[in-house]
Amino acid sequence: MKSLERHLRALRETGVKALVPYFMAGVTTDWVRHVEAAIAGGANAVEIGVPFSDPMMDGIVIQEAGLRSLANGTTLDSLCAEVAGLALGVPLIAMSYYNVFHHYGLAASARRLADSGIDGAIVPDLSPEEAEPWRDACHSVDVATVFLVAPSTPSERVTRIATMSEGFVYASARMAVTGRASDLGAAPRVVAAVREATDLPTFVGIGITTPEQAREAAQVADGVIVGSALVRTILDGASPADTEALVNSFRRALD
Amino acid sequence: MAEDTVYMSTPDEFGRFGEFGGRFVPEALMPACLELEDAFLDAWSDREFLAEYRSVLADFAGRPTPITPLARLSERLGISVYAKREDLAHTGSHKINNVVGQTLLTVRMGKSRVIAETGAGQHGVATATAAARLGLACTIFMGEVDTKRQELNVFRMELLGATVVPVTSGSRTLKDAVNEAMREWVTCVEDTHYCLGSVMGPHPFPWMVREMQSIIGHEAARQLRDVRVGTPDYVVACVGGGSNAAGVFAGFANSSAQLIGVEAAGGAAVGHGSPGVLHGMRSLIMQDEFGQIEEAHSISAGLDYPGIGPEHAHLAASGRARYVEVGDEVIIDALRTLSELEGIIPALESAHAVAWLIREAGREIPLGSTVLLNMSGRGDKDVAQVLSILRSGS
Ligand SMILES: Cc1ncc(COP(=O)(O)O)c(C=O)c1O
Repeated sequence: MKSLERHLRALRETGVKALVPYFMAGVTTDWVRHVEAAIAGGANAVEIGVPFSDPMMDGIVIQEAGLRSLANGTTLDSLCAEVAGLALGVPLIAMSYYNVFHHYGLAASARRLADSGIDGAIVPDLSPEEAEPWRDACHSVDVATVFLVAPSTPSERVTRIATMSEGFVYASARMAVTGRASDLGAAPRVVAAVREATDLPTFVGIGITTPEQAREAAQVADGVIVGSALVRTILDGASPADTEALVNSFRRALD
Repeated sequence: MAEDTVYMSTPDEFGRFGEFGGRFVPEALMPACLELEDAFLDAWSDREFLAEYRSVLADFAGRPTPITPLARLSERLGISVYAKREDLAHTGSHKINNVVGQTLLTVRMGKSRVIAETGAGQHGVATATAAARLGLACTIFMGEVDTKRQELNVFRMELLGATVVPVTSGSRTLKDAVNEAMREWVTCVEDTHYCLGSVMGPHPFPWMVREMQSIIGHEAARQLRDVRVGTPDYVVACVGGGSNAAGVFAGFANSSAQLIGVEAAGGAAVGHGSPGVLHGMRSLIMQDEFGQIEEAHSISAGLDYPGIGPEHAHLAASGRARYVEVGDEVIIDALRTLSELEGIIPALESAHAVAWLIREAGREIPLGSTVLLNMSGRGDKDVAQVLSILRSGS
């Protein structure tokens, strides 16, 4: 079992709902301070966006953050160098599109992530059907690959995806790209389907915008992922202290 | 037509052509891709569906398109050039072949709406046309830069009842229009089909679109036989995503003809690309040293694409087809030459294939050779742009 899964299972044992904020690496020069602030505010793991020029699964907020980050010169190497050696105390999960790893080299990417203390990877355009080379590359390093289940996923596929996923299963709340939304969409149904198939921790993401929505989602799931709502404030100039306060408002809603 | 396709083979169960192809899409879209594969397989072996597809192409789209011997160009170049006249098909390009098939399939799948990306606007116009005919709702995504380059095509789509959405993300051209169409598709797969315009994207699109365009090559092979030309020495087509080229190559893939795909120098995925994953496929992609996709730059919006269909990447790797480039600077001359010598104003995209013939006749192409040139589209959509280029004296 990879570290990410051990950590998240242990967290669930303690009865704590996982709060997983997303930050785009390199979007501002002080982005690492935001990660630290989020942890101070009560994050249990952090998703780190690796910018890609053509983010098919992202809405306008994360698109904008990615383009800013690329304009700042962010690369896989540069962001890994920034997080390596930080003693953050919570798992980090890289979120990237497949081409970034494909181009860097699958084995080299997996090693680079592991050497930088990154515990997992979410690659939304890597379907289970195409995942074998990447999973092979991660086999001998401590990087867990997290797969997504969508509201459109039929039950046989849910089982297959749940079997492949490591660390946790990412339950998409809605048929949409990342962004902000006004309700929880299909989250309860998707989580229930995943629970049928596995006892892996199951986290809800895509569209979680308010602490109230997070609280509702956590009633059915083991944790929540909050992306665009945080990234938007950083694009608008939020300080690390602002991020800490915002993350903490989600924390209080979950506890 | 599945039973006719004896030349270019079907991809494997993962949709791969050699090491290229596959299906790299968000999970939300996987069920739709699987459903589409089943629906296509089923339709493409159903006589009734095929009969309807062929009859719409005949009665509505004007097929078969003729083969025209280009006598004066041939004399000038010292080679025998025959043009396959996709420019004479309804809406002015080969794009109609694919959208007739995909819109019929949309109805068969019980969906009521199509979305599509477009570069030059040709695929958008064709999709809007085929959608209107069947009463399907239609939304077209078009890079903002392209909506300006191809204003008239935007208006044509609107006249046909489609909604045109200018795309302002990324480089605001064709690749971004594909991203935006994919993002939209995630939200509406239940009732909406994504009518992709070229032999690209996730399986089954590259294969399905090639099959739906293969009528070009099968017709041309028959027509050349009928006029006793037989197998040409060369089959030449321009390549954006590669659908007109795949369509014409399909009729000659197992013959002795040399297959030549002509890329725009600023969008040459075979010439300057490397293996990568974009828009749901593994193929040759123009990208920087970090795997970020590069922006293509071409005088013709339809060739402004940093990738190429995976089957072409495989044909290139296996050596069965060759991919060459021509630069923007020779395109206007090629367009004028063909217009003046033959009374055919080609699309800027098709002019790339003409430009390669003009450059290579008597050099790479031995004098006396026989060439089939796929005239993928007509230049009406481009005349305003050509006028402004000529006026600005560049
Ligand atoms: C006339 C014409 N030819 C060629 C192309 C390039 O597409 P493909 O390579 O798929 O044939 C286009 C695309 O818009 C076009 O309009």
